[in-house]
Amino acid sequence: MKSKTDIWMKRSFILCAFSAALFLGSCKKSETTNAADIVTQGEMTAELTSPPHVPKPIGNRNAMKLKLNMEIKEQEGTMTDGVKYTYWTFGGSVPGSFIRTRVGDEVEFHLKNHPDNKLPHNIDLHAVTGPGGGATSSLVAPGHEKVFSFKVLNPGLYVYHCATAPVGMHIANGMYGLILVEPEGGLPPVDKEYYVMQGDFYTQGEYGAKGLQAFDMNKAVKETPDYVVFNGKVGSLTNGNELTAKVGETVRLFVGNGGPNLVSSFHVIGEIFDNVHIEGGTTINKNVQTTLIPAGGAAIVDFKVETPGTFILVDHSIFRAFNKGALGMLKVEGKENKNIYSGTIQEGIYLPEGGTIQKMPENKTAKTEAPKRTVADKIKIGKEIFGTTCFACHQSEGQGIPGTFPPLAKSDYLNSDSKRAIKTILHGLTGEVNVNGKKYNNVMPAQNLSDDEIANVLTYIYSSWGNNKTEVTPEMVKALR
Amino acid sequence: MLNGLSNAQKNGMVPIKEGSFVPLYGATSQKPVFVKSFYMDVYPVTNAEFLHFIQKNSTYRKSKIKGIFADKSYLYYWKNDFDFEPANPNAPVTGVSWFAAKKYCECVGKRLPTMDEWEYVAMADEKKRDARTRKEFNEYILSWYEKSRTYENQIGKTFKNYWGVYDMHGLVWEWTSDFNSIFLSGESRKDKSSDKNLFCGGASVNATDLMDYAAFMRYAFRGSLKAQYSTRNLGFRCAGNTFPKP
Repeated sequence: MKSKTDIWMKRSFILCAFSAALFLGSCKKSETTNAADIVTQGEMTAELTSPPHVPKPIGNRNAMKLKLNMEIKEQEGTMTDGVKYTYWTFGGSVPGSFIRTRVGDEVEFHLKNHPDNKLPHNIDLHAVTGPGGGATSSLVAPGHEKVFSFKVLNPGLYVYHCATAPVGMHIANGMYGLILVEPEGGLPPVDKEYYVMQGDFYTQGEYGAKGLQAFDMNKAVKETPDYVVFNGKVGSLTNGNELTAKVGETVRLFVGNGGPNLVSSFHVIGEIFDNVHIEGGTTINKNVQTTLIPAGGAAIVDFKVETPGTFILVDHSIFRAFNKGALGMLKVEGKENKNIYSGTIQEGIYLPEGGTIQKMPENKTAKTEAPKRTVADKIKIGKEIFGTTCFACHQSEGQGIPGTFPPLAKSDYLNSDSKRAIKTILHGLTGEVNVNGKKYNNVMPAQNLSDDEIANVLTYIYSSWGNNKTEVTPEMVKALR
Repeated sequence: MLNGLSNAQKNGMVPIKEGSFVPLYGATSQKPVFVKSFYMDVYPVTNAEFLHFIQKNSTYRKSKIKGIFADKSYLYYWKNDFDFEPANPNAPVTGVSWFAAKKYCECVGKRLPTMDEWEYVAMADEKKRDARTRKEFNEYILSWYEKSRTYENQIGKTFKNYWGVYDMHGLVWEWTSDFNSIFLSGESRKDKSSDKNLFCGGASVNATDLMDYAAFMRYAFRGSLKAQYSTRNLGFRCAGNTFPKP
């Protein structure tokens, strides 16, 4: 026993010594690559891109002197259809221009405040080691320019933002973006790279209220945003602006969260992240469903797309996705792979044999002989059904959600064809439709409602919000089932 | 001498009665500041009025002014020394350095208002001397910060306040004589540190009213300025200890 321990100790001592020698060796090597000591070679102007694009990878290039020109613009933009907002921007977009550097680069930062702007601004880059992350040196009045420089020391994905009083308001109006510091030799190459950044917005009017909406300080302090969006507006990554990839490609997303308040539960519906640089740093987590991105933080995620289809980017704090705008799309084209995803193979009826549930089929037959109801009765019952089944997407006043769920109120699509409306509830609806001049491309599942229930809810919908008062009967529904 | 000036400035000043108030950046002590009675211009100085001044003071023409008194953007929207078209003659003159604004006021027998005087007048709405706690008042000011190109508007189109003064909010920023006496380091989050408090007069967290974001913006704006700077959203008006002799 004793001797065994001795031998073990001896062996482990040798092992220790050996690994110590190795460690020292690698230590020496890393000393020469201490980021602060990297000597830059050459000079170039930094490429800046607006979202969702990113500049080309640094690859194998040496550390360089990077000249970077960033212009601050206060400008009116579109939050969603019919809703305007005055954004304050770095480089004319929300989020601001994407900056791509490598460890050891020396950045000469020219921050320019457009003469027509009303306010002074500055920039705090989380990638900067120094007072205020640059903010102390960069307060710039309208019509002026400030120059400061810094050396990037730590690899990772970092947020930058304005830090002028009132800081919260400057961020809430869109003054944030991402700066990437690649390690020596660059990140592993991938097929597609995109830039996505979440932000919360606080407007005087509720979500969807038309016109130029002013910033609402009270809502911002209470942290109750009307909009939570990717890339500065509702629909920045949907309705023709989808991110794209082909089956078999690897997609990397540089995801940031500008806040000012909310933390993002970033998730892509139908995908699993192969790799996540947690919090944008060096640690890599694998096989992640949802990654948490703090306000003022970021993450690098990548995944290989194996099947075609539309994958939905969401903040999985899910009401933000479907009710406040935090929804984007990645369209993947290519050949289906039935081994990975089969699609629906079979549709069948499920009739469990438990005593309590067995009632269901009985109910169904009973329902087919629907009682005669007055229109007023139908409306009353239909309203209740609407409140539990339809309201979540089509909203309380049938107004829908611009860009995502079509309106039922004064809807030309609805009023022109009641048979189509019945079929939509019975069988669901997929693909592009045109409602009141706007395109929608989404999925409505078939609803599990009886003929009577469908007749009631449709009669309620047709009798409300300026629609044409069509009365739908259970017989009409039955004929189309 | 004043005859050549427009109507706006002819009967240009109103008396402001003395009083005290706690400014946003009320120093560490949060003591009220006493403002002595003075006179304030009803309107900011206009393009037409400034042209008149320039005609008489050639050293302040954009082609002649010395670099230490004004940077390159001095009157940059003027085509030449005497032509501000297509800007409106009754729109406020902007793109003027502190030196030029100060000189203008001296030439008409006045001076620039101090920051305390300016803030004292600016805290009044139509009816009250101090409306800073009124929600709608702050919202009005904040909404102006988000409207672009208001410098193109004519003077006197915003509201007339308690003192009879127009355009304190909603038109352009304005120079004050001691615009840089309150020090914002440029890193507004840091300005709360105690060492700065000793000589810089307070900071964001010390502000008497955190919700008075409107005022924060003014102090931040002033903090970004130097006396030779000029910007398209920055004009001025004059004040005086006595009513100027006609």
